[in-house]
Amino acid sequence: MEFVRREAPYIAPKANVSSMMLQVLVALIPAALAHVWYFGPGFLCNLIIAAVFCVGGEALVMQLRGRPPLATISDYSALVTAVLLTFALPSLTPWWVTATGSLFAIVIAKHMYGGLGFNVFNPAMVGYVVVLIAFPMELNLWVAPHMGDIDYQYLTLLQTIVYTLTGSLPETLAFDAISRATPLDAMQAGLRTMHTFSEIWANPIMGNFGGRGWEWIGNLTLAGGIWLLIKKIIRWHIPVGVFAGLLIPMTVMYAIDSSANAGPGFHLFSGATILCAFFIATDPVSAATSPKGRLVYGAGIGFLIFSIRQWGSYADGVAFAVVLMNMATPAIDYVTRPHIVGHPRRGGHP
Amino acid sequence: MTSGGLMERLQDGLWKENPGLVQLLGLCPLLAVTTSLVNGLGLGIATMVVLTLSNGLVSAARRWILHEIRLPIYVVIIASLVTCIELMFKAWFPTLDRSLGIFIPLIVTNCAIVARAEVFASRNPIGASLVDGMGMGAGFALLLMAIGAFRELLGQGSILAGLDLITGGEPFSGFSFADSGFLIAVLPPGAFFSLALAVAAKNAIDGKRRISRRRTMSRKLRPSDHPRS
Repeated sequence: MEFVRREAPYIAPKANVSSMMLQVLVALIPAALAHVWYFGPGFLCNLIIAAVFCVGGEALVMQLRGRPPLATISDYSALVTAVLLTFALPSLTPWWVTATGSLFAIVIAKHMYGGLGFNVFNPAMVGYVVVLIAFPMELNLWVAPHMGDIDYQYLTLLQTIVYTLTGSLPETLAFDAISRATPLDAMQAGLRTMHTFSEIWANPIMGNFGGRGWEWIGNLTLAGGIWLLIKKIIRWHIPVGVFAGLLIPMTVMYAIDSSANAGPGFHLFSGATILCAFFIATDPVSAATSPKGRLVYGAGIGFLIFSIRQWGSYADGVAFAVVLMNMATPAIDYVTRPHIVGHPRRGGHP
Repeated sequence: MTSGGLMERLQDGLWKENPGLVQLLGLCPLLAVTTSLVNGLGLGIATMVVLTLSNGLVSAARRWILHEIRLPIYVVIIASLVTCIELMFKAWFPTLDRSLGIFIPLIVTNCAIVARAEVFASRNPIGASLVDGMGMGAGFALLLMAIGAFRELLGQGSILAGLDLITGGEPFSGFSFADSGFLIAVLPPGAFFSLALAVAAKNAIDGKRRISRRRTMSRKLRPSDHPRS
């Protein structure tokens, strides 16, 4: 889709959907490489499967709808969905889980609502929520980060591929030997069993400010996000809203009782906070549109993540928060319509 | 009413005016109970019996029902029928009754039944009303069974689990095809997805039929439209 400006001789940058989506993909490359570095080549296997099923699903649906498939595939939006879904999944995921999530995201969450530009919900998050609810066992297997001093076994590339294709581990390995709780899981479970924050922090999976490995993925995601901000692909309102909605209540809780609550730094660099703020919540289709609306939308997502992490049964709640706020988007847009100069304000005089 | 009219009533209930697919009535039991084929079958049969009998009774009493208080009267008729059905379930299929739980008494509030009483039975003779109730009930029961089978197959990888609830005898865990399934299908969201897919499928089939009918019509018309002398 081209945005053509016909008035006045503006020098407009070449802005279209495919270049936007490509830049989003490029911005995610460092974080993806870090993911592979810390959590093994499973990420790449998942990425290939997700990409095949997302793009294939898109082509299939376009065929069914009697439209040229190439037109939508070449805007890379299905590929972005595949990448975001892959970031959400554990690096060891059987192929049918990834395929189900991808097809659900593209066929049901995106095209049944009318395709790109009409989808009410963020497709990648819908796909993830569906597999999270449908395959709780498979989605619980997070491997430990590849760090020298953590005692664990890790899979070779071949073993990873075999697990991805068959869903079973080689006989010499047990699930317990390779998987570890994620930092958020460990923190939530620890705090609920009356351990203090500093006790849980002594666990070798915790690093300097977040989980080990996770913190560096977070940093690189942050770098990609800032690059998107500089390139003006996204605007600052939603990330700021998400951080404010999550970190302000977390800071308050931490200030009230610093032993029974994890600090804001931990929550910023654990789980999908940064990815959500810069890459997931900023989906231009399903987010609110006005600047004020975006702040409200972001803050709503942040506060929902806070609530789910603090009181919910899931350790991280990014996907649920995003999907819930997607539902609220029309209402937010309605309430935060910008005032047009010269027109009377609602219920008053100009 | 002619037999052609009766056939049309049955067809309306089963397909064209299907209470679940087209009128979207009675969604509460439809979404809540259809976790398996047997549950769908049990509730479907109960609803069908109630719908047929209530249509018959309302139609028989239609001359004496005051227009102003017709709804309370319909509800009383339906509620007494449902009570009979409930007692029969308790007597003969106690396990199925336990598995369906509150949804047997809740047939009273199934708006598909009140809707048929109001729209059809209160203004048509007994025979036609009975057939209408049977058609609508069968349409609803078949939809319940279809969605139940779909969700059971997808969600648990088995079919006909718990058939012993209806037939009695040894506990039967169904024909199993897989150890686990797409769990979300048996959870509440799966009910909404399945119903939406069923409605979409019906609309797609109708759309295809309409197109092919238009084609055959135009093919038939063409020679007579332009008679050549």
